[in-house]
Amino acid sequence: MSDVKLIYERSVPGRTSNHITLKVDVPLTEVKQAIPAKYLRKELGLPEVNEVDVIRHYIGLSKLNYGVDNGFYPLGSCTMKYNPKVNDAMAALPGHGLIHPMQPVEMSQGALQLMYELEKDLAEITGMARLTLQPAAGAHGELTGIMTAKKYFEHKGEGVQRNTVLEPDSSHGTNPASANMCGFKVVEVKSNKNGSVDLDDLRAKMSENVAVFMLTNPNTLGLFDPTIEEIAKIVHAKGGLMYCDGANLNANVGIVRPGDLGFDIIQLNLHKTFSTPHGGGGPGSGPVGVKSHLVPFLPKPSVEKVGEKYTLDYNKPHSIGRVKAFQGNYGILSRAYTYIKSLGREGLRKVGENAVLNANYMMARLRKHYHLAYDRVCQHEFVLSDEGMPNGVTTMDIAKRLLDYGFHSPTIYFPLIVHGAIMIEPTETESKQTLDAFIETMVRIHGEAQSNPGLVKGAPHTTFVKRLDAVKAAREPVLRWQPPGK
Amino acid sequence: MDYVPNTEKESREMLQAIGVKSVDELFQDIPAAKKVKGLLNVSTEMSEVEVTQLLTDLGAKNANAATHAIFLGAGAYNHFTPSAVPYLAFRGEFYTAYTPYQAEVSQGTLRAIFEFQTHITELTGLEVSNASVYDGSTALGETIAGAWQVNQRKQLVISKTVHPHYREVIRTYCWSKGVEVVEVGYKDGKTDWDSLKAVVSDKTSAVMVQSPNFFGCIEEVDQAAEIAHAKGAVLVTTVTEGSSLGLLEAPGKLGADFVVGEGQGFGIPMMYGGPYLGFMATKKEYVRTLPGRLVGKTVDSEGKEGYVMTLQAREQHIRRERSVSNICTNTGLIALMATIYLSLVGRQGLQRVAQQSFQKAHYAHAQLCKIRGVQPLFNQPFYNEFALRVPDAKKASEAMMEAGIIPPLDLGAYYPELKNCLLVCCTEMNSKAQIDHLAKVLEGCR
Amino acid sequence: MENPRELRYTKEHEWVKIEGDTATMGISDYAQHALTDIVYVELPKEGREFKQFESIAVVESVKSVSDVYAPLSGKVTELNKAVTEKPELVNKEPFTAGWLFRFKAKDLNELNNLMTAEQYDAYLASLKH
Repeated sequence: MSDVKLIYERSVPGRTSNHITLKVDVPLTEVKQAIPAKYLRKELGLPEVNEVDVIRHYIGLSKLNYGVDNGFYPLGSCTMKYNPKVNDAMAALPGHGLIHPMQPVEMSQGALQLMYELEKDLAEITGMARLTLQPAAGAHGELTGIMTAKKYFEHKGEGVQRNTVLEPDSSHGTNPASANMCGFKVVEVKSNKNGSVDLDDLRAKMSENVAVFMLTNPNTLGLFDPTIEEIAKIVHAKGGLMYCDGANLNANVGIVRPGDLGFDIIQLNLHKTFSTPHGGGGPGSGPVGVKSHLVPFLPKPSVEKVGEKYTLDYNKPHSIGRVKAFQGNYGILSRAYTYIKSLGREGLRKVGENAVLNANYMMARLRKHYHLAYDRVCQHEFVLSDEGMPNGVTTMDIAKRLLDYGFHSPTIYFPLIVHGAIMIEPTETESKQTLDAFIETMVRIHGEAQSNPGLVKGAPHTTFVKRLDAVKAAREPVLRWQPPGK
Repeated sequence: MDYVPNTEKESREMLQAIGVKSVDELFQDIPAAKKVKGLLNVSTEMSEVEVTQLLTDLGAKNANAATHAIFLGAGAYNHFTPSAVPYLAFRGEFYTAYTPYQAEVSQGTLRAIFEFQTHITELTGLEVSNASVYDGSTALGETIAGAWQVNQRKQLVISKTVHPHYREVIRTYCWSKGVEVVEVGYKDGKTDWDSLKAVVSDKTSAVMVQSPNFFGCIEEVDQAAEIAHAKGAVLVTTVTEGSSLGLLEAPGKLGADFVVGEGQGFGIPMMYGGPYLGFMATKKEYVRTLPGRLVGKTVDSEGKEGYVMTLQAREQHIRRERSVSNICTNTGLIALMATIYLSLVGRQGLQRVAQQSFQKAHYAHAQLCKIRGVQPLFNQPFYNEFALRVPDAKKASEAMMEAGIIPPLDLGAYYPELKNCLLVCCTEMNSKAQIDHLAKVLEGCR
Repeated sequence: MENPRELRYTKEHEWVKIEGDTATMGISDYAQHALTDIVYVELPKEGREFKQFESIAVVESVKSVSDVYAPLSGKVTELNKAVTEKPELVNKEPFTAGWLFRFKAKDLNELNNLMTAEQYDAYLASLKH
């Protein structure tokens, strides 16, 4: 296993896989006469391999990877829950997987119905009036939500005045980045000693120049902000909008609806809460829901039902326009739809309840061994730190040692307001046995830090590669394969 | 049906360990009056049997590639997906992993991305590629910030032959950033170079063209490069039909500074519009203007070759409001599928796909243009799409739908001046018999 | 590493050296140490004018990014190309070969807003509390 090659290194000149035939069943046109030579390709440096080569190569690569299907993946804020296989099977049915995005609506009634019903269900789950299903991921949803707010204020004649977005210092990096992409100035609001929004700081920074307060709730510390109603009051009193980053909705599905808490806008991460596979980095889907006063500004088209027919409505003069070609990530929407239909109202409530039960159970047991950053009931996740670890063992060391024991690591060094953060999100799909096994391993690593710190600091020991030199990678970037001698 | 494994007994044990009596106590921070009373108003749970029936029934209401012949392209293409592609991509180790934050247990994903970056640089003729963004339209959108980083200018010039949805996305993005957008018209199906020259100035940040363009015509990318560069603007070229790169010159070799586009054409199912694959490539000197993940080669503590995400200080999780983009989740799985597809069909395979698509389209063009009342709209070199003027586009589309065909795009919906014009597309999936059938139906509806 | 006596320092850990009408600036040993391995340095364009304490350059490590602030007002005259090619120079020789850029200082009275080496030593000691 020590010489895992790249596919390019398996290439043999002249080898083909013949998936596409050379024979054409129509009379031939001479390419060189149809297209000027200047615009024809001279060389194409793709690999030349056979199907067997390809299968063995990528099966080999898959063995160097770790997914939820391999084991526990408590990556905080990413909601790595089990991905039901029926969702994928449904998305791949020809009637869902092989439909063209531009085909006439008369030929797409099933897809439009699915989108229409999914929007209705998501509106019920979030407590919002309408949603757009167009955004392609959570961060794209954030951008769309902030754009929607911007358009709303422009429409009210406050476009120039409202040039600021507030966010807590515990926010995901995507939040300030989204606000900046949309031309807003970003101002941070402090967290208090309980990990919640510091109300005095919010009052001081909230003004009529603020368009939006972007808040993740439960926040990135896994804490539900108990002053949420007061926060909404402060923001609304100055004419601002409350934006909910719904990345952590998994904690509260079926328990409380963000729309009922005073939020005006929310983006969802369907790949998290509604369990679509994370695919090694994506795809996702980031629907945006809003209260009724913001509906006219959402992207177009929207899916409407007229009589018994479903249509796409482009006639939305105040809309921000499109944020993506076509109708959004339908292949993710169809999976989320299948998931919601499978769980139903009964199963959805169990999601929130068990995500929170699992997290609190782990927190209760691990706090005896690790420093707990905020000592409160948590929601779907909680944050430990490496404070007080014996022999200078760090969060990074703990994360790497977990790999040796066959677990994926939690999210580390985030949120930034906890030094050496270890953010653990078990999700509702893990059993007590799995949680216990992980807890016992964490306890064991703590013991190793005491008795044999070198073992922990040198981890991982069992993986295909050891700790990698990230400094070299950044100082001398090699970003593609080069043929030998080039 | 749910996916919660804990039994009631286990839940009780867990509550006891926490030191609370009920799950409700764990929600003590939520204002009581705001909690959901009882259950949400969504339908009751379903078994896998029931949900399969439901989705099958809904799917049956959609015309699709298994039930219909497709002559529709316009940014999404019905190409063949070899069986090995889903077989490999659906391996749980790839499929249910996330962003490779822990490189030691993510060498599979990281190596595949490194191969993807290599494939994309080979296809585009540029030096560096990122690990994907959402789709072609948002890839184009991301270059607004990239171009700004290069020259700090706030005006974009975009050709009207760029996909209408892409232009809408550009307008939305530019509005929100306060960047001006100027659209340049077309002449005989191609960007009007004289108009382009007239509007590009030393205020222009980027010039954006698409080739093959929305009408299927092959644009003179080198012309665009000359005009853009003369004023210090960057040239962004977009490609909506990835397979065209099997036949046509790499835009990077024709002078494009950024080549971005849609990789759905690399064997990715049409899925009613997504998830697709936005790819982005540029010159080495602009590497730091690329959004999203980049994978680089390095060594481990024992000197063994390995791969990591690199140049991460560009990204939102570190640079926050000063990052080039907010992108976090991308379309890793689709990039993996495209990587496997491009490896599998390989050099010769992609050329064959392109040949087949080109030949079918040219045959269709010849056959359809023989029909009385049907004329080619433009007289330009094209790849696998072309525009026709027909006597009555609505009637033609209806007749085709009736005949089991997903019809070509009615261009009038996007270009009011092009009433009764159809945009016809062929790929390797269209047989001669299908094309002859299409001609017959079109002829019959005069 | 000792903080050279002839330099002046900012609270953000930049240093400046005055030689005739040319000033040279960089970041202190304390700063490079806190940043860990520097992998990228983004310098201003030559000719750029700036005010004292304005954000003027950026240094990146693998996991962090930090602004570098101008110790004095002035105009950029020369960039240290060596550090853009070998950012590790900032780690290895922060006060010498790892300088970032030279500039023409606008107002040397602004030196009064900076710390002497002795003051900076005391300031660093106070940070360690």
